[in-house]
Amino acid sequence: MPAIERIEVTQSVTSLFLPELGHFALCLALSLTVLQAVVPMLGVVTGRVLWSELARPAAIGQFSFLLIAYLILTWCFIVSDFSVSYVAHNSNTQLPLAYRISAVWGAHEGSLLLWVLMLASWTMAVAFFSKSLPRDLTATVLSVMGMVSIGFLLFMLLTSNPFDRQFPVPAEGRDLNPLLQDPGLIIHPPMLYMGYVGFSVAFAFAIAALIGGRLDTAWARWTRPWTTSAWMFLTLGIMLGSWWAYHELGWGGWWFWDPVENASFMPWLVGTALVHSLAVTEKRGIFKSWTVLLAITAFSMSLLGTFLVRSGVLVSVHAFATDPERGVFILGFFAIVVGGSLGLYAWRAPRFRASGKAGFFSREGFLLLNNIFLVVAAAAVFVGTLYPLLADAMSLGKLSVGPPYFNTVFVPLTLPLVLLVGCAAALNWKRGRVDTLWQRLRWVALLALAAGLAMPWLMLGKTTFLVIAAVSMAFWAMFSASEEIIRRGSRRGWLKIPAAIWGMSLAHFGLGIFVIGVTLVSAYSAENDVRLAPGESAELSGFEFRFEGITQYAGPNYDSTVGKVTVSRGNKALAVLEPEKRIYRAMGNAMTEAGVLPRLHRDLYVSLGEPLSGQAWSLRLYYRPFMRFVWLGALLMALGGFLAMFDRRYRKPGKLDSGIERHAVAESDV
Amino acid sequence: MRYWIAALCLGFGGLTLAEPPALHSGQEARYQALIEELRCLVCQNQNIAESNAPLAEDLRLQVAEMINAGRSDAEIKDYLVARYGDFVLYRPPFKPNTWLLWGGPFLLLVLGLVTAFRIFSGRRSETPDESVDQAALHKLLQGQSDQRNKS
Amino acid sequence: MKARFLIPVGIVAALLVVLAVGLTLNPREVPSPLIGKAAPPFALPRLYQPDQLVTDASLKGRVTLFNVWASWCVACREEHAQIERLAKEFGMYIIGLNYKDETQDALGWLSHFGNPYSAVAVDADGRVGIDWGVYGVPETFVIDSAGVIRYKHIGPVKAADIENRILPLVRELEGGQG
Repeated sequence: MPAIERIEVTQSVTSLFLPELGHFALCLALSLTVLQAVVPMLGVVTGRVLWSELARPAAIGQFSFLLIAYLILTWCFIVSDFSVSYVAHNSNTQLPLAYRISAVWGAHEGSLLLWVLMLASWTMAVAFFSKSLPRDLTATVLSVMGMVSIGFLLFMLLTSNPFDRQFPVPAEGRDLNPLLQDPGLIIHPPMLYMGYVGFSVAFAFAIAALIGGRLDTAWARWTRPWTTSAWMFLTLGIMLGSWWAYHELGWGGWWFWDPVENASFMPWLVGTALVHSLAVTEKRGIFKSWTVLLAITAFSMSLLGTFLVRSGVLVSVHAFATDPERGVFILGFFAIVVGGSLGLYAWRAPRFRASGKAGFFSREGFLLLNNIFLVVAAAAVFVGTLYPLLADAMSLGKLSVGPPYFNTVFVPLTLPLVLLVGCAAALNWKRGRVDTLWQRLRWVALLALAAGLAMPWLMLGKTTFLVIAAVSMAFWAMFSASEEIIRRGSRRGWLKIPAAIWGMSLAHFGLGIFVIGVTLVSAYSAENDVRLAPGESAELSGFEFRFEGITQYAGPNYDSTVGKVTVSRGNKALAVLEPEKRIYRAMGNAMTEAGVLPRLHRDLYVSLGEPLSGQAWSLRLYYRPFMRFVWLGALLMALGGFLAMFDRRYRKPGKLDSGIERHAVAESDV
Repeated sequence: MRYWIAALCLGFGGLTLAEPPALHSGQEARYQALIEELRCLVCQNQNIAESNAPLAEDLRLQVAEMINAGRSDAEIKDYLVARYGDFVLYRPPFKPNTWLLWGGPFLLLVLGLVTAFRIFSGRRSETPDESVDQAALHKLLQGQSDQRNKS
Repeated sequence: MKARFLIPVGIVAALLVVLAVGLTLNPREVPSPLIGKAAPPFALPRLYQPDQLVTDASLKGRVTLFNVWASWCVACREEHAQIERLAKEFGMYIIGLNYKDETQDALGWLSHFGNPYSAVAVDADGRVGIDWGVYGVPETFVIDSAGVIRYKHIGPVKAADIENRILPLVRELEGGQG
């Protein structure tokens, strides 16, 4: 009891001024950000060193004040200060502590604060790790990031202040959306935002290159690790979102082509293209204006995603509470940032000249193909997501674009990528030769074909032509990635393989795993809606699901009905699954928790439906072969990105700098 | 306007499975495929297989009855489109107002491939004229091979 | 400045226009394909005389409003005063479709809130609702004297909807007929 009293006392005292302090911290952060955006840029233009040097301290200040604001909002959630209207709308006293802390980003205003805080973290990271960069470049990059930050801070302060008070103070808050009361959702949004926001670094580097007219190998080398890390976070964020949807929505699906999912997938596809084109620009000095365009596009896609999610122009699962005023603001901001940077691009990019040359049958050529397929895939997602809006806006009628469209269009656009993955790493830069490639990879190809033929048949007892094709391609990507490592390792020693090569190979291996997962889970999933009374059982894909009955229990802020389902094959019991149906007390919302038996090669999955007549319940049973491969593949891709960031050449830019600096000077003469 | 429809959409997180309608044997897969391609008009981010709105339940029943009556997929879809418009189809029909939707990505792919081909063939022919600072290029390549030797 | 470097700006400009227009639209509202078509046929029991039928024939001969409602529908309560107004003040001929309701509830509801309907058809299982493309009660259709659907209002009818949309259309249809 005393502890509770103490909290109440603390709350009543802190509640007097803390939210105002938070608001004030936001305002201070905004003014420092304006400083960070304007002064260093002026310093670069006028050649005043001191002005350029202001970027770093301003960035640190901005981050500090945003952190203060963020911590204050978190505190308001912890002590349930319902005088803050955002807290009152998204929390209540029954909510467990972990979810109170994660509730900070559970709705529009707070998630925006998290977004801005992350932008400031990236800015600070750039400020710290850019000591070896030319001063003007650092100053310009930080200034551009400041400009982006200004937009979001203004957006928050003018339309979505998380510290707005409300009187009278309600005795109890509403609730955090129960969908978000799940461990998966504690980390999914921060990861996703780290990815979205992280592309602002590549964006700022691109703008700096356009302003400074300098785009060379060194520039690409500085930009690469930042892009790779943003890409890694985005990969993880999307993967976690998919994993969460699978467990929480109860439909056994892992990807729904919902506008919000698409909004995160578009920057991922463009970001993946960027990661690859940066490699070409670094190594070969070509695709320069293309790389810059991709960097701008990747971040623009993040902004577009923000607009789509927060403006309510599309019907979506996750849409935040929407408000046309906010939509207008973000659209204006989008117009300024994207329109401005593309205008700058149209003006300055023509001056970039390629410094290398290559034949089409070369690593460059294949990476360009990779870029084309990735960008067209992103365009397909873009068109599919926005087409209903376009048709409506042009009075062409209301229509829906759903999973059948995306699955039909997306697969032929992306499968060639898997083929390319195997070739590109084995091809030489500049000019590859068909015969060397063939010599090097024929065994890989043969082995991949054999594995593709055998694996689905051995594991699942069935196969089709399409499955053989897709799985063979997946093995092709995996085997050729392994071949690269084995070849390098056996020739020069395993420890001498650069981190970048480990990273690339692991990511490509992960892609193969992912493709196997997607292929098999799409081709051979089975499901069955059944009505079962206690003691009855149903069969699915050779497994017997026996419904034992239900029990009830009370969670911290919900009441749960738990079904008990024993799964067995033959006479061997495999597991007891416990699908739940929860009613969250605060708002009376119903939520599903699927009962899952995860195995590497298959998931068995049960959702609990409704009570039917008598003691019977409706249940939905799923058999999902190789479901885990989908997330495992994504995880390996992210891990690959993580490894690649630690390549030693990123850590010692100084050594190469001088040589490249001269090269750059020479280049700008061209 | 929006709140009132959303109010009918009982918590999209909660899977509410009513008793599945009785189907003639062998039609289950067809039924499942169909209802997964039809969009619910009440819970508009769901198909009628997922949605637990009363209307979705009625429509599932309607689809099941039409399947049992031996109607084809196209007939069932036409029936619903006549009442609710193309909006109910998650797979948009191929017609003038969706040509761009279905054809656009592939058109773009062709465009991209043609452009890529032209860039590379153009680049090769320009090669002799391209003035490259040979010294700088040499330095760069040197730097790269240094790197390679180091690693 | 080469023209091809301007392509991205052009695409974004077009995108901005579409998004801006999109902000003014409601993505959830689905227009009915039935507009301009003959009202779907039906034959349903009357609410007050269950042994007698109301059919689509009752929609012909004069401009008619067809109002879909239910006692469980909160928004119907909200619009009911306006439906009453249409009947009493403007003398509209209104057929009600009692959608997926319990008869006792529906009768109680009408005796409590008033009955503006010339006839109420009982659509207990919602089949006629499907034929009419109903997806969110309340919905109100304007039907001309030939029995052709001219307009569909989705959601509660508000005073402004009567003044701006429904009455002008009804006047126009009645004018054309007389």
